[in-house]
Amino acid sequence: MMNNVLVFPMVLPVLTGILLIFLRPYIRLQRWLSMLSVLGTGAMSIILLQRVQASGILTIDIGGWQPPFGILFVGDSFALLLVLTASIVTAVCLLYAFSTIGPAHEQMHVYAFIQFLLAGVNGSFLTGDLFNLFVCFEVMLLASYILASLGGKRKQLRESLKYVIINILSSWIFLVAIAYLYGAVGTLNMAHLSERIAESGQTPLLTTISMLFLIVFSLKAGLVLYFWLPGTYSAPPTAIAALFGALLTKVGVYAMFRVFTLLFYHEPSITHTWIGIMAAITLIGGSIGAISSKDVRVIVSYNVVIAVGFMMVGLAAATSAALEGSIYYLIHDMLVKALLFLLAGTMIALTGKSKFNEMSGLIRNYPLLGWLFFIGMLSLAGIPPFSGFIGKVLIGKGTIEAGTYILLALAFVSSILVLYSLLRVFRNAFWGETVISLEEEKPLKKSWLVPSVLLAIGTIVLGLGVEVLAPYVQDAANVLLQPKLYIDAVFQSK
Amino acid sequence: MKTNDVILQMITKIVVFIILTLAVYLFFAGHHNPGGGFIAGLVLSSAFVLLFLAFDTETIIKGLPLNFKVTAAVGALLAISSGIVPTLFGHPFLNMVMLTINLPLIGKFELGTIVLFEAGVALAVVGVVVTIILSISEDV
Repeated sequence: MMNNVLVFPMVLPVLTGILLIFLRPYIRLQRWLSMLSVLGTGAMSIILLQRVQASGILTIDIGGWQPPFGILFVGDSFALLLVLTASIVTAVCLLYAFSTIGPAHEQMHVYAFIQFLLAGVNGSFLTGDLFNLFVCFEVMLLASYILASLGGKRKQLRESLKYVIINILSSWIFLVAIAYLYGAVGTLNMAHLSERIAESGQTPLLTTISMLFLIVFSLKAGLVLYFWLPGTYSAPPTAIAALFGALLTKVGVYAMFRVFTLLFYHEPSITHTWIGIMAAITLIGGSIGAISSKDVRVIVSYNVVIAVGFMMVGLAAATSAALEGSIYYLIHDMLVKALLFLLAGTMIALTGKSKFNEMSGLIRNYPLLGWLFFIGMLSLAGIPPFSGFIGKVLIGKGTIEAGTYILLALAFVSSILVLYSLLRVFRNAFWGETVISLEEEKPLKKSWLVPSVLLAIGTIVLGLGVEVLAPYVQDAANVLLQPKLYIDAVFQSK
Repeated sequence: MKTNDVILQMITKIVVFIILTLAVYLFFAGHHNPGGGFIAGLVLSSAFVLLFLAFDTETIIKGLPLNFKVTAAVGALLAISSGIVPTLFGHPFLNMVMLTINLPLIGKFELGTIVLFEAGVALAVVGVVVTIILSISEDV
């Protein structure tokens, strides 16, 4: 029963978070412990990934209750790759938080809640039970409500109120959808659900229920229903915003992939067409948003929206290449969005302005910052040596295979618009006349830049090291395409 | 305005014991019947809330010097530890064992590690509910 390790990417952060509550006055110890816990989680997910390659999908029946009666965790390559990426991103954001977040936050348990957030995120990736997915979502959301409003500035409270209301509404729809599904097929274990839905051939009733799930996860992921997103993500402190931008919507994206490849994959002409339409609207709306704003953080937030649309293009096409592309892009996007949020936050902290037309010539004052922004921009646009490239190529290939040329065109036009929206920031804020003289420029602390440098190295390594990652991603896409692999892994007798 | 709440205070002194007994009953009933740690925790915290209402907050805190935030954390720690310990012995996470012993007078008596988990849940619920109520009352 060595598969117990599978619960620790969730249990370790929870345990650390609880310990941190006791250690409230000892800030240095809190920092060390939270960093150790996140690194430990990352290390564990690497070990688990290797084990999945060696011996197939891992499962753990919690409490020894056999499926479909008990709740279980299922670790396949897709989930574990995301757990690994989430740990890396959290570690980097923690590093940035150490030097920027300030004692007021640190004394109010900010590190404990970051741990709980990570626990919820990892739990959502790993769980094999639909109701448990709801619970993990709630763990993550509760932590995020607190992180969003901690600090209590007027703007933060206004935005987090919207965020809380919209999420309570979507959680409620989620619960209702789960209840309908349980009423219709009588189980909530995902593997068991997949079997029963396949047996019934996905009746119109089940397809209707699947549309409810589509609405729920669209709200969480920011697909079409992203109106709450730019506001919420631009209010909290930079380290928290980076964590949100990198992790929260991605959990919604993950859930969408899981539900529409494992459960509701029998009527693609309805469900996947809708996903395609919604992806198209998201790409268009996100691009317009990114170009229309002058606030750096809002532009970055709209870039999160565009990326969600882009990944959903891969799900709508649903060929092997498209799914692989989406998985690459998901990993890439977590790294690069964190990088972009950190850089935007640093720019605002240095200049005291948030609109890019109020900044100018920063590259002369802070050359490294400028080049990091440049790298992030190229990576997002999908220029070859960086990590965005492979995902875009594969999604492109997938859409051609599936014959969805409109989505193909929209996806790549949106890439150009992403490039344009960031290039505008780069041209105005980094080039141009230097306004800040050398005497009055704020010193840029090394500890502010190190996290961004790490993420920039991450995107380069991910871009160049695709060969290393390829077997894992292929395995992940393979499981998504063949639900039987997942079902067999869950129901194999020990 | 000075209110006369002698009646409330008198009744509270008696009723609190009934509520506490009910909480203990529900806690142990939860093993086979409706009840359990969560419900017992809610009933327990309702007893505390009644005390806070009938008397003033300072008096109760003086008589019951508990940091309720720490109580919640202790409860969560207890609950999660009871899940982790089985993994050290090679059992699945959250695996529970139960022992049935025959005591001379009481008869068949069941002892399970699930009690530890439930106790953790109860403590966490009490800690969280009382913390919420106290923070709301402070704001007014």
